[in-house]
Amino acid sequence: MGNSSLYTIAIGGAAGDGVREAGINFSELFAELGYNTFSSFDYPSLIRGGHNYARVSFSEDVIHADYHELDVLIAVDANSVFVHKDALKPGAYVFVEQAYLEHLQDVDVELIPLPMKQIADECKAPHVARTSSAFGAYGYMLGVELKRLKELANKVFANVGAEMNVKLVEAGYRHMRAKEYEPQAITLPPHGRPSGEVMDGNKAVAKGLLAAGLEAYVGYPMTPSTSTLQFLAKAGKKRGIKVVHPEDEIAVINMSLGMSYAGKRTACGTANGGVALMQETISLAGVSEIPLVILESMRMGPATGVATHTSQGDLQFTLHAGHGEFPKFVVAPGDVEECFACAADALNMAWKYQLTSIILSDKHLSESYMSVAIDEASKGPDLGKRAIHLGGQYKRYKITHDGVSPLAFPGTPNVMVKATSYEHVEEGEATEDPKDVQAMQDKRFRKYEGLYQDFQWFPTVKTYGDPHSDIVVVFWGSTKGAALEAAKYTKAPVKLVQILWMEPFDAERVKAELNGARVLIDVEANHTAQLAALIREKTSIEIFNKVLKYDAQPFTPKQLAAEIDNFI
Amino acid sequence: MAMDLTTDAKNTWCPGCPNSQILVAFRMAVEEMVKKDELELHNLVAGAGVGCHGKISDYLEVNTFNSLHGRIIPTLTGIKLANPKLQVVGFSGDGDSFSEGFNHISNAARTNSNITVFLHNNQVFALTTGQATRLTPKGFKGGTTPDGSFNEPINPAFVMLALGATFVARTYAGDIKKTKAIMQAAMRHEGFAFVDIIQPCLTFFDTRDYFKKRMYWIDEKHNAGRFDSALKVARSVSDEKVPLGIFYQVKKPTFESNFA
Repeated sequence: MGNSSLYTIAIGGAAGDGVREAGINFSELFAELGYNTFSSFDYPSLIRGGHNYARVSFSEDVIHADYHELDVLIAVDANSVFVHKDALKPGAYVFVEQAYLEHLQDVDVELIPLPMKQIADECKAPHVARTSSAFGAYGYMLGVELKRLKELANKVFANVGAEMNVKLVEAGYRHMRAKEYEPQAITLPPHGRPSGEVMDGNKAVAKGLLAAGLEAYVGYPMTPSTSTLQFLAKAGKKRGIKVVHPEDEIAVINMSLGMSYAGKRTACGTANGGVALMQETISLAGVSEIPLVILESMRMGPATGVATHTSQGDLQFTLHAGHGEFPKFVVAPGDVEECFACAADALNMAWKYQLTSIILSDKHLSESYMSVAIDEASKGPDLGKRAIHLGGQYKRYKITHDGVSPLAFPGTPNVMVKATSYEHVEEGEATEDPKDVQAMQDKRFRKYEGLYQDFQWFPTVKTYGDPHSDIVVVFWGSTKGAALEAAKYTKAPVKLVQILWMEPFDAERVKAELNGARVLIDVEANHTAQLAALIREKTSIEIFNKVLKYDAQPFTPKQLAAEIDNFI
Repeated sequence: MAMDLTTDAKNTWCPGCPNSQILVAFRMAVEEMVKKDELELHNLVAGAGVGCHGKISDYLEVNTFNSLHGRIIPTLTGIKLANPKLQVVGFSGDGDSFSEGFNHISNAARTNSNITVFLHNNQVFALTTGQATRLTPKGFKGGTTPDGSFNEPINPAFVMLALGATFVARTYAGDIKKTKAIMQAAMRHEGFAFVDIIQPCLTFFDTRDYFKKRMYWIDEKHNAGRFDSALKVARSVSDEKVPLGIFYQVKKPTFESNFA
């Protein structure tokens, strides 16, 4: 099978060369032309130098991952040619900064010299914008008319200095024409309609939170979660959303709790290391039953680990976040659209049940871009009742049949709202009485009864591929992308099962999807098969076939297909 | 109708503990402010950390947030930021904000968060049965320093001034009237207000006699609007004298005003 027409372009350079921006610009160009896109970014933890690359796959089909094999390489430096030459398909275009040609004399690759630096100098453009001439050069090779390309470039560069960038695009285009290169004859999508907005997972999480009525966001910068904080810091201002970057992650979560206690729908965000710092307060949120949302984006640990690279190593850590036992909600979106929907659902669940919701993302999901048309209706229903106090003596922790107590906020006449980290009686004062302790723990855990009822309204589990296949591949999170693409290449049709709700766990649905499999394969980006452990715990189904990747790189479609084939 | 700010919770502080005097001073401060229409009771939030001081939230019939050890300060800032109408005060201990949570109180002072912090300064970890905090005098023999503590104590008022607090005062728990008045001044202050309340621990570090001999109230000649004067009096704590009073009070933009 495979995609009908799929192309991949990589832009490589040093940190500071504008590689990431170029990747987004190219993605937007392809999306404007009507292609579906998936783009990933690979960068080391440094600010200048090193090797960065952006890789953009585009196709008329919807694609869920970028591909390793390159049709086009734009090399801003000589090193990029060496790094990526083995991934080039036969006949691939390799645009290379003309100034570095002399370093590449011994390379057995046909090169297209492009004077990006010189063009940028002539247009008085900054260094970081030089890839825009490659945008023009490749636009020429795609066979796009100059007039149309300039229109598209005006859209793509609308917020980053359109005039200057369009000049660079035109110069790149004219350079190729002057050198009499033959445009490539690929058929552009005939409909010509933009495929959607190019967006990464972090922005989609922010948009989902906003769609569910976010009023405040608190965060401390840590890769790969930072862009949600930065997006909201900018976008929040216009909407009256309070966005704070306090002194550390412990302050982040405690400040968030304070804001929720005072009545604001609040979320906070950090990477897995930041969540490690937040543990004690996650527990406080549990006992004080204050609604809270945490965006946790995983990177490769342990510790500082591989700071700018991906991992799914924290599923079990997240499920067990906080000391003591208390209900929580953990959801793991698998692509950009699910980031939107799951974030909205997480905020709604936090307020419906007065608990902590964790949105579990990872670098590959947080910082990879897809062209998406977000469907506002894709978020689940807001079933939330904000159990408002209706009079009489207010008891913040009133024992109720569904475990959810009336919620009120300080500033309400005749109401005293007492929140506490101690186990407490209904009024919120500390207790050590065994009966009170047990009753309060029972009350909190009764929330699961409602959550189990909610399974029916939400996509707790999703399936793809051949529903009749007895070869079943189960996965979670960003691995969805490579799994969906890999299924196009496996030697036999497979059924794909993605688990989104990790806590509470929809055991019956998972059992129904996995039972009957002749070959059951677990795919995860970690060393210890944490999803398989969860499935065994919740369903008693043991998965023996595992494809595990823990080199801090995401799965790629064809490599994953080959690994799945090993079990078929 | 007389205001009743007491709860049904049983007071479990040691008999005679000056924490009770702080509780009484606060209740009186609030009652007076409510009677004078300076404050609506439902708009008051009193936070506390964990330590002996933290029990105070159980004894106050107002909105309370009893946080974790060391973490009450950012919670208070969050509450104030979420709803600027609220009068947000916090009780903390020397272990709670100068050992565990120092990063938070220092940042709240620096940013001039519009909250009030009352430090129950007993110079000891009491609820864990007597160990040295970062405010304990050198040589203190406690559970973790059987041969005496090694380090010089932090002077909290001095440190808060240095970090940017816009209201800094010191009082003595046993002087309920003066403590009440200083609490009210701190609550009226717009910006980060810090009150160091000397609160001898009768069980693990009874410093009543020590302080009684050395404490004195600064007089009206002190210029609380001058940073240099405030620094001078705040740091003048010595073996001979311990000044009390409002050392510093100036108006500066608050942290929360950046979000209005």
